[in-house]
Amino acid sequence: MKFGVLQFPGSCDEVDALGAARRVGDAELIWHGERDLKDAEAIVVPGGFSYGDYLRAGAIARFSPAMESVIAFANDGGLVLGICNGFQVLCEARLLPGALLANTNLRFTSRQVDLDVVRCDTAFTRACEPGRRLSIPAKHAWGRYYAEAESLAAMQDSGQVVLRYGPGENFNGSVGDIAGVCNERGNVFGLMPHPEHAVDELVGGSADGLEIFESMRLAVEGVRV
Amino acid sequence: MLIRPKAGILDPQGVAVERALPALGFAGVANVHVGRLVELDVEDPSQLEPMCEKLLANPLVEDYEVQLLDGSG
Repeated sequence: MKFGVLQFPGSCDEVDALGAARRVGDAELIWHGERDLKDAEAIVVPGGFSYGDYLRAGAIARFSPAMESVIAFANDGGLVLGICNGFQVLCEARLLPGALLANTNLRFTSRQVDLDVVRCDTAFTRACEPGRRLSIPAKHAWGRYYAEAESLAAMQDSGQVVLRYGPGENFNGSVGDIAGVCNERGNVFGLMPHPEHAVDELVGGSADGLEIFESMRLAVEGVRV
Repeated sequence: MLIRPKAGILDPQGVAVERALPALGFAGVANVHVGRLVELDVEDPSQLEPMCEKLLANPLVEDYEVQLLDGSG
């Protein structure tokens, strides 16, 4: 299968995303000015500081030509993964509910976090064992997930909370310890921590992040768990 | 356009400033919120609200207020 990894001016994690995707399939970069998704069967919107994060993180990237195609692709049921800045872009694009606000400590924080996989039956977590806890790096200043109480309740009812920070791990102040959410249809997923940085035990602290990419491969290839 | 964090949403910048002011001797300060100011010239002011809705503010988490200053600039 083939992943397409978006690249905006100011992206910085697209190369690691490409490398992670290539461990489970084929992958190609897609420049923000292009509308052609190059026959990708799944899209990764990577981390970084797209368009300098001017105005709000993700606010301008969300209107790029490539994102127009990604929105159409998602509305068509295509798998879209947003990591960190990519998560912010998907929220700004309204492909995912809620918003990411400044960390309560007002600091850019970089650390390894434990994430509890709330659902291991989604297109992005089906390679995870039930009860799985993933160890993955997080690094951001604007990662406090927020959604209004009403929308939060609806999300919980429809199983859209996919990942939560483990006990004591919610350093950014996210509501309900939420680390990753999907849309109602389950084909768009965003998380603040970086699975693409945790694909090699030697340098990533763990290789747990591969399970996200492997899950997407299984979903695209129609393998049900 | 004045853009502010919505009431009820934790504004850590406002909290930090609120704590810093008394330390400098400014007493009696409360409800500090830090927002954004966007200034621009526009031919058709009716475009301002859609601009805020679509790009300049995130209505999920921010309120905005449009102020028109005629003939300035």
